[in-house]
Amino acid sequence: MANRVRPWTDQYVEEWIGNLLRTGVTLAAAVVLFGGSLYLARHGYAAPQYHVFVGEPTDLRTISGIIKEVLAFRGRGLIQLGLLLLIATPVARVAFSVAAFAIQRDRLYVVVTLIVLAILIYSLTGGHA
Amino acid sequence: MNIIEFTLLVWVSSLLAGFVGSLTGLGGGIIITPLLTLALGVDIRYAIGATLVSVIATSSGAAAAYVREGLSNIRIGMFLEIATTLGAVGGALLASRISTGAISIVFGLVLAYSAYASSRPRRERVGDCRPDPLATRLKMNGSYPTPDGLKGYCPHAVPTGFSMMFGAGILSGLLGIGSGAVKVIAMDQAMGLPFKVSTTTSNFMIGVTAAASAGVYLSRGYIDPGLAMPVMLGVVAGSLAGARVLTQAKTRWLRLVFGLVIAILAIEMIYHGLTGRL
Repeated sequence: MANRVRPWTDQYVEEWIGNLLRTGVTLAAAVVLFGGSLYLARHGYAAPQYHVFVGEPTDLRTISGIIKEVLAFRGRGLIQLGLLLLIATPVARVAFSVAAFAIQRDRLYVVVTLIVLAILIYSLTGGHA
Repeated sequence: MNIIEFTLLVWVSSLLAGFVGSLTGLGGGIIITPLLTLALGVDIRYAIGATLVSVIATSSGAAAAYVREGLSNIRIGMFLEIATTLGAVGGALLASRISTGAISIVFGLVLAYSAYASSRPRRERVGDCRPDPLATRLKMNGSYPTPDGLKGYCPHAVPTGFSMMFGAGILSGLLGIGSGAVKVIAMDQAMGLPFKVSTTTSNFMIGVTAAASAGVYLSRGYIDPGLAMPVMLGVVAGSLAGARVLTQAKTRWLRLVFGLVIAILAIEMIYHGLTGRL
């Protein structure tokens, strides 16, 4: 096949994507576990309140707010950072695919992948709020 | 019940859901939201926020294994992700505009459909493979490993599959699930892809679809760290364990039991949605 320029074969790209996904999930889980331990150690004996929806405070809703919470070393902020890493994993996968298709000179799929990436970035940067 | 006990309870439930979900291939996410809302009285918006995050984790974890085996078709997945991500953002925006009762009813209907879909036998299609002009232009034809060596396939009906994927995306964003069942139908039934290629490509797409609605959920305050933490850690541990003991032999009755549980949860969700008890 003409589009399989070595060493960037589909097989090679797929292995890379596999590693990327695994690393992202592992890292996210580790951060969530660490933040969760802090949170439980500090607030474990309070009563949970999930019956009524009030929504999260602003600092746990935005990327800049979460970074602020993490710098203050708060458990909930650290969990949220782990969840952000998790959400970023498929986004990184898509970004990586743009590069992989570009190296394979597959213009059609560079465009397709860029559209997907644009939708993801739109969602994550809160352009809809 | 204090937060430690609550967290442990949610963790154990999510672990079991992830384990059974991975054994049956139905995903654990679909039963966590009903469990959290019906059994633990969690508001459905917190429940779908926490579940959505766990869906990204299981999809990414499982996809890592499948892409290595060369089963999923990255081009088909990427092309259809345009439809699922657009739908997911729309669905997530819709979730904040309709009542929790309505969300609960739609959730129940999707559960009922998944229970039905899981009870049907899976058959690999055999026969002719005439390349479709549009699919060929989009470089979607491919091959996958079978016990008898590499086998080719040629998808067709791309516009139909694309529209169904948009619907799958809306459901995913609205309910915080992977909507793998709808994705598989679109590829397996509409586009005529082999079942194995459909399920693994669907799994590959779920993470990206869920990430598209996660941004909206986060900014709307649906993702609570205290609740998402045990759900995510439980589902990940459960599905890893499930993938490890996965043996085709015993999953038949397990799928049946799980299908039955889903059917009961479906009725409960619809009932609670109608009576406004959520």
